[in-house]
Amino acid sequence: MSDERRYYRGSTDGKKPRTSDPLAKARGEYDLIVIGSGLAGMTAANVLGSLGHKVALLEQHYNFGGMATWFKRSGGHVFDVSLHGFPVGMVKTCRRYWSPEIASRIVQLDGIRFDNPQFHLDTTFTREDFTEKLVSQFGAERSTVEGFFDYLRGLNYYDDPRDTVADCFERFFPGRNDIHRLLLEPIAYANGSTMADPAIAYGIVFSNFMSKGVYTFTGGTDWLVAKMKDELRRNGVELFNNVQVERITVENGRATGVVAHGRQLRARAVLSNANIKRTILDLVGREHFAPEFAREVEAVRLNNSSTQVYIGIREGCSVPWITDLLFTSTREQFDSPALCDFRGQSRTFSFYYPKVRPGSERFAIVSSTNANFADWAKLDDATYVQEKARLIEETLRELERYVPNIREISDHIEAATPRTFEFYTQHVQGASFGTKWEGLRPSMELSSHIEGLYHSGSVGIIMSGWLGAANYGVITANKVDLFLRAAAQTAAGGR
Amino acid sequence: MTRDEIVIAIKDIIATIAPDEEVSNLAMDVRLRDQIELDSMDFLDIVMELRKRYGVQVPEEDYMQLSTLQGCVDYLGPKLESKSLVLTALKG
Repeated sequence: MSDERRYYRGSTDGKKPRTSDPLAKARGEYDLIVIGSGLAGMTAANVLGSLGHKVALLEQHYNFGGMATWFKRSGGHVFDVSLHGFPVGMVKTCRRYWSPEIASRIVQLDGIRFDNPQFHLDTTFTREDFTEKLVSQFGAERSTVEGFFDYLRGLNYYDDPRDTVADCFERFFPGRNDIHRLLLEPIAYANGSTMADPAIAYGIVFSNFMSKGVYTFTGGTDWLVAKMKDELRRNGVELFNNVQVERITVENGRATGVVAHGRQLRARAVLSNANIKRTILDLVGREHFAPEFAREVEAVRLNNSSTQVYIGIREGCSVPWITDLLFTSTREQFDSPALCDFRGQSRTFSFYYPKVRPGSERFAIVSSTNANFADWAKLDDATYVQEKARLIEETLRELERYVPNIREISDHIEAATPRTFEFYTQHVQGASFGTKWEGLRPSMELSSHIEGLYHSGSVGIIMSGWLGAANYGVITANKVDLFLRAAAQTAAGGR
Repeated sequence: MTRDEIVIAIKDIIATIAPDEEVSNLAMDVRLRDQIELDSMDFLDIVMELRKRYGVQVPEEDYMQLSTLQGCVDYLGPKLESKSLVLTALKG
């Protein structure tokens, strides 16, 4: 592949050009090679490094973090792509698999607001507050609300995934489109959930949030990823960025390493944090799998992509306190697929006040919508540019309802589309939340098809937020540790 | 390790992974998750710690055996017989 073609600088879709061999310092052999530094890949690498395995972490982008990322723009702007927000469980996950220092930077969001034609409310996004609102504002029976929460909490992995979100909502709150909106809209933005998805995929994530509300990092994604890199190095993990893995090598049904930039790196195990379809169908190749397994993987549906508009506030200007996270829509009724509409009427605003990066006096606002890749992929270049400008204009018009002088106080605005996400993350079709539920099984089973090959990328929706991703990294790391120890024992026994 | 030491070994692992929980009064025959807040990730951590500290492998199908302290002693007894106790959270 031609690097000159792929890497160019200066446009909104730029990547830094590569100036030297990114693998110059790589050894020839590792216990484990991890492909992709999203939160699952990084967390798995850190756990396995701390257990004494020799781990190399390869990332195609120059920044580590995957979708947990940020970028800087002239004028002193820093934009977080997916920072707001995650469930309280992230505190425990960070304390245990990263460091107490990282865990100590996690703080609860001060405000979450809904504003749409059906209702307007501020909430802590906890079970207690939602129960109160559902009873007093929406007129639901308290016992029904309790039953709904208990049902979702009680769901587990082995339950029948045919019960959909729509079924579940209709059972507890029949015909209550407004309640359905309250319950689903925020989770749709958190992990791509739709009414047609299994109730469990929604329920696990919703229940996690409802336990104590929504949390974020103080310091921003740049601080977080810098600290994670320190921790990885401390645990002996070798980090390589700008590395494009071309394929995973398999010999006699065993994963033996990867080829990147024409060079073979050998390993006793390979953990792919790339998309499950890309891992199996491209990086390994379907010829290495039983045809029925390859067909199962081919049939795995991807989650939607996103658009974002990044609005940088001029130095010295400020945004008054509104809320941290605003779910807004001008659409009269809630319609789950319409959240992905090309000219959507629904979006979230993440407000970044100086409290996010203590010591900085800067403000930023990031708007997000869900989006379908196909709507953006088909546009010719001129139309694409026009449509990005249209997206920005619609977003500003919407934002003016909350920040009337936004056009005067902002001095940097740019948009990202599904094409942007695909370019930067290499996710198939720019998927923002990995795969639908059926991606979970091939991901978890991968090592039974090819020895020493594991997967931890976003699957099954439930592994698609920050907490689910990090924890899935640990779940996979446990399997890899078991495998590497057994392999070491066999090797020792064979001497 | 004696059976009493196995109980201490498990309590030490729990104290390490869940430092906010009080482990000294845990009952032997009551499910651990009914006494303290332990989720599936916590159980995974217990399994990983057992492997790290004592080289003991617990396959996924046996996780249920570890649901009570008595279950841990019965299941891990033969596996830990020849190992010596490692303490990190409860020492001193």
